Amino acid sequence: MKKDIILAGVGGQGILSIAAIIGYAAVETGLHLKQAEVHGMSQRGGDVQSHLRLSDKPIFSDLVPLGAADLILAVEPLEALRYWPYLNSDGWVVVNSTPFKNIPDYPETESILAEIAKLPNHIIIDADKTAKELETPRSMNMVMLGAAIPFLGLDYEKLKAGTAFIFGRKGEKVVEMNLKAIAAGYEFSENER
Amino acid sequence: MEKLLLLGDEAVAQGALDAGLSGAYGYPGTPSTEIVEYIQRNPEAAERDVHRTWSANEKTAMEEALGMSYAGKRTLVTMKHVGLNVAADPYMNSALTGANGGVIVAVADDPSMHSSQNEQDSRFYGKFAMLPILEPANQQEAYDMPRLAYQISERYHIPVMIRLTTRLAHSRAGVKRQKILPENKLHKPEDPNQFMLLPAFARKKYRHHLAIQEDLEQESEKSPFNLYQTGKDKSLGIIACGLAYNYLMENYPDNTCPYPILKIGQYPLPRKMVEKIVNECDEILVLEEGMPLIEELLKGFLAHHLKIKGRLDNTISRDGELTPASVRQALGLAKLASRDIPEVVAGRPPALCVGCPHADTYKALNSAMAKYGSGHVFSDIGCYTLGFLPPHRAINTCVDMGASISMAIGAADAGLFPAIAVIGDSTFGHSGITPLLDAVVKKANIVVTILDNDTTAMTGMQDSQVEGKVEKICIGLGVEPDHIRVITPLSRNHDENSKVFEEEILFQGVSVIVARRPCIHVYSKKTNRS
Repeated sequence: MKKDIILAGVGGQGILSIAAIIGYAAVETGLHLKQAEVHGMSQRGGDVQSHLRLSDKPIFSDLVPLGAADLILAVEPLEALRYWPYLNSDGWVVVNSTPFKNIPDYPETESILAEIAKLPNHIIIDADKTAKELETPRSMNMVMLGAAIPFLGLDYEKLKAGTAFIFGRKGEKVVEMNLKAIAAGYEFSENER
Repeated sequence: MEKLLLLGDEAVAQGALDAGLSGAYGYPGTPSTEIVEYIQRNPEAAERDVHRTWSANEKTAMEEALGMSYAGKRTLVTMKHVGLNVAADPYMNSALTGANGGVIVAVADDPSMHSSQNEQDSRFYGKFAMLPILEPANQQEAYDMPRLAYQISERYHIPVMIRLTTRLAHSRAGVKRQKILPENKLHKPEDPNQFMLLPAFARKKYRHHLAIQEDLEQESEKSPFNLYQTGKDKSLGIIACGLAYNYLMENYPDNTCPYPILKIGQYPLPRKMVEKIVNECDEILVLEEGMPLIEELLKGFLAHHLKIKGRLDNTISRDGELTPASVRQALGLAKLASRDIPEVVAGRPPALCVGCPHADTYKALNSAMAKYGSGHVFSDIGCYTLGFLPPHRAINTCVDMGASISMAIGAADAGLFPAIAVIGDSTFGHSGITPLLDAVVKKANIVVTILDNDTTAMTGMQDSQVEGKVEKICIGLGVEPDHIRVITPLSRNHDENSKVFEEEILFQGVSVIVARRPCIHVYSKKTNRS
């Protein structure tokens, strides 16, 4: 088993929580794990990414090699495209369609989504909308984690346990809210693919 | 024992804690910050009352660590690569004073300058000071190395550097803990003059330091972190340091590399191992994360004899961090198929956060400066350096910690008017106080803007040493109290704040404008903590 994943987004969108939950589930499964993240200047509204590598064999590089990623999980559409060179030939892209526009020259959202749709293996979900409909607007990132579950090769139950572990200290209500968001994303992907 | 999921930085911290650490010192700086932060939130460190608060800068941190070593205890001092420039004076001299309790200098380099103004390689400092360096390849080694570092440090009475780079510092993996060692008891140096560097002592100590170099090389020869891996194909031998080893192995899945490999994790270089691989192989490829230290050593100035490949002959790019792809190319392997970035993609540089107080300060400054044109504002290191970018376009320089004030003085000396400095509160505490003293003494015609957001924001909201003390420090240095002006950077105060800038620009002498409003992240973080 080997999964190389690029998590992409903008500083502050919560990709590190996604990484932490997947990381927890991977370790619980007995897999090797490496997870490289971006700290420092880029976190101030710049593009941020996390390289997440899971394998049943020892992992050497902390970075996913170009052309090796099995999955790009992007919480923002423009940020998905930025990591195109990492994707392998039959890799999947799971992307949130709601743009985060904090730059003056943000491209037309339609042209971004059209570019993503050219790829045979893609899931495009409006995770901001889904989170709002669940009345948990801040759990967009968890909707995205849910949407990626069919492509992670990890047991759903272990991911639930990871969510409880990561958000546990914030209280049961927060855990439940996040689990609901994950379930909604998961259901969407299962119907789409 | 239990397995922990740790960043490289955190692994160094946990490794030091488990190897008998009594005190950690440092100044925040990406990618090193998480070492001290980890110790600060570690319950065992709290229980043992390990020293773990931030220092004013890297120099004071290094000296405080030396003091703890003098008193016999094990200590750790952390900084980013450019922080070692600030700590270079005590670091270089610590080679001669040596250590009593074990000293680890953990330095995190930032090749590719993800969050830094240069990509200097700290191993050169280690070589310069002739002190041992440990360079982990993975999180487990980052955990294991402090233990060996303390052994070497106390055996030879010298500090030991642990050198990390961004990708290991900020990457997480499983780490197995070892037995926890007890802390040292308080004990003064056996030689009461050990830390006395009067010339007569220093000469003797320097000769001793030269004499132990051979022993340090022997330590490297038998180090568990320097490994010789045999290979059938001797047309190439590969020397891979630290993280570079990972990118090499990544390109030969299931350990299929046909060439001999020398993995380096401890310096000074193990001469016999290097001789072996050079004698055995037709060509040598040197893979180093950072600058070509080993490559230059092997090649020599005239480069007559050996075929050495690496950064100097462009087998690998002379600048920037290594990647699996760049190492792959250096090995002559075919590129993995990959897509191009679609043309539609636009860059997304970092920016000041929505609601950031600096943005309002810059707006007021810009409006006061409109009539003087651009090129008058000297700035510094921190979030506010982003004020260079549109829409602010408010500052013109960023050199090193504290340089805003000193450069403004020099420019004013040359006749530039107005000469404005913009510096954050934490940076002011780090290196801004001494140049402000210069400014007062020579009555420099400058305006110093201190952006006081109550925190060290860029590195993630660490405490600022000057919190609640900024005006008192300025008065103490001799700035005229009438020309220490405090403003609240909010858009509703814009006109008033612009006027303060206009007035102080016209004042002949040193003015300080303190723009005070907490970082928008600081409240939530402080509330969470308490």
